[in-house]
Amino acid sequence: MNAANANGLQSSVPGEADLIALYRTMLLIRRFEERCNALFLQGRIPSTLHLYIGQEAVATGVCSALRADDWVVGTHRPHGHALAKGVSPRVIMAELMAKVTGCCRGKGGSMHVGDVRKGVFPAVAIVGAGLPIAAGAALSARMRGTDQVAVAFHGEGAANEGDWHEALNMAAIWKLPVLFVCENNLYGASTHFSKAFAIPRVSDRACAYGMPGETVDGNDVVAVHDAALRAVERARSGAGPTLLECLTYRQCGHSRSDACDYRPDEEEALWKERDPLKVAAARIRALVPPVPFDPSGIEADVAAEIDDAIAFAEESPAPAPEDLERHVYWEGD
Amino acid sequence: MPLMRYSEALRLAMTEEMERDPTVFVCGEEVGQYQGTFRVTEGLLSRFGPMRVVDTPISEIAIAGLATGAAMAGLRPIAEFMTWSFALSAMDQLVNHAAKITYMSSGRVTCPAVFRGPAGTGNQLSAQHSQSLESWYAHTPGFKVVLPFTPADAKGLLKTAIRDNSPVIFMEHAGLYAQRGEVPDDPDFTVPFGRAEIRREGTDVTLVAYSLMVGKCLKAAEKLEASGVSCEVVDLRTLVPLDMETIIASVARTHRVVVVQEEWLNVGFAAEVAARLADEAFDELDAPIRRVGGADVPMPYARELEQAAIPGEDAIIAAVRSIVD
Ligand SMILES: Cc1ncc(C[n+]2csc(CCOP(=O)(O)OP(=O)(O)O)c2C)c(N)n1
Repeated sequence: MNAANANGLQSSVPGEADLIALYRTMLLIRRFEERCNALFLQGRIPSTLHLYIGQEAVATGVCSALRADDWVVGTHRPHGHALAKGVSPRVIMAELMAKVTGCCRGKGGSMHVGDVRKGVFPAVAIVGAGLPIAAGAALSARMRGTDQVAVAFHGEGAANEGDWHEALNMAAIWKLPVLFVCENNLYGASTHFSKAFAIPRVSDRACAYGMPGETVDGNDVVAVHDAALRAVERARSGAGPTLLECLTYRQCGHSRSDACDYRPDEEEALWKERDPLKVAAARIRALVPPVPFDPSGIEADVAAEIDDAIAFAEESPAPAPEDLERHVYWEGD
Repeated sequence: MPLMRYSEALRLAMTEEMERDPTVFVCGEEVGQYQGTFRVTEGLLSRFGPMRVVDTPISEIAIAGLATGAAMAGLRPIAEFMTWSFALSAMDQLVNHAAKITYMSSGRVTCPAVFRGPAGTGNQLSAQHSQSLESWYAHTPGFKVVLPFTPADAKGLLKTAIRDNSPVIFMEHAGLYAQRGEVPDDPDFTVPFGRAEIRREGTDVTLVAYSLMVGKCLKAAEKLEASGVSCEVVDLRTLVPLDMETIIASVARTHRVVVVQEEWLNVGFAAEVAARLADEAFDELDAPIRRVGGADVPMPYARELEQAAIPGEDAIIAAVRSIVD
């Protein structure tokens, strides 16, 4: 089973198999990110990384409400978005290791991970810039007469960029099939939410543009999935966009150079208690009738998938020198 | 003279100017409490308080626009872009407003703002984060455009920028922040705009460069010296105003010139220097003017490709060799 199986989960009351699939996707993201960090520290991944650790329930919950042909636009923190939408860990890892087999053939790197064949555009690393692009994809679905939906993931920091506001307005006036998913992890780099907003919730802004706004527990994959499913159905039916704010927390520094010394210990501890994997495991254990849940099999399965991705990446060749000048303009795939 | 890093020299310039002039203030993302993404503004918040060291939301348009408005109304803002790549969404505020207000109002209103931050390529940060765009600003009438190479210049030019009554685009190079050099601690030390500096004297070829590329030219010159080619290295320091006099005086001695820039070669600043040399010093030239610049591609991530895209010593050496026998 791979992460793509989580796509297309439609029930708003997920059963055992669904919950376990969601759990597996989240665990894949978690372990993938942990391995990336280790590889970074060993110098096997260059540049920098913005890890998704702690936010797995958002990408997983949202993408589980999408169809394979729906679109996702990720951010500078995009590994989780791509994995949850079914991009293979192999092509992501190969990209991070700058190999020609990577999803951007070694030209994009961590901040631009994506695979359009899985409906994931190469991620947008300019804060806020992904929202109009997702709205544009939604417009294309409308114009081509398909019922595809587009999702723009973004941090709450992005909600203070001009792109954000212009995209929400256009999407609302034209009732575009787009879902704006705000991952409110309380900090934009080191800046606390309260220093950047004069309102308590990002979702409060939705009404200013004429679309529904909802805030959910972003560490509860079921809550995210349910809210996303409602928003996706709304979008697909032609009723227009939704702003979905998911309250979550990154359990690591902003980037690999951030010592992350600006957050209170108690706050970090509190959110660790509310770890999305723990919350999902508790959901599974609360199923009626009870099912035995032993994640060790999933752990082993996920570890094998990541080992395979790393081996694939390491065995892959680097881009050729002549690739430097290729694809500045379109020249075929 | 104390030895300090380029980043510390910038900080010293801001500190001294903030002490000297209460209308000077700093604003930008992560500049206060976090003390700057590259630690350039370290200690400023505790020294000057939150009224003068202002943390902003992630809102580049408003950072540029508020700095422009505050400057029009009499303050001297130093607006930091976390990197110049993030200033792109603020282009309207910069180009249509900051750069034009002085002319549009025939000098009734001016905009004594400094827009500063790290620029340049490297570190495998790929297409959206790794680029040099100085020509965009040099192309726009109304901006002064400054790209210091040494720590002393970082300090002296930033002080001049803060005191200047026109908007200044001040591009630091992230690859230079950790470089050390002697920096005058005299608070009256400034470096004037429009004066290039000869970093190395030579007789056969003039290398014209600015920012990080000056260092690469110096290294290339060292290697070329070993094989008997003597290069003079001219550090422009400011693109606008441009010190053609120093460039032409050097070319009049060497009769050969290579202009080196980190930004994309196509329509880059080296083309401007080359064109002016062709206009103003044609008779001095004994060989075609050569340009060295970045590959005309968005910056690729993979190390080997990135290295091929960023001009290096080898490209400079090859350009020099192509015009000496
Ligand atoms: C336009 C722009 N400004 C600044 C940055 C630098 N930057 C990258 S991520 C980030 C913080 C983003 O915060 P948020 O949007 O909340 O997302 P998070 O990092 O919390 O996932 C900043 C300032 C950028 N990439 N783009």
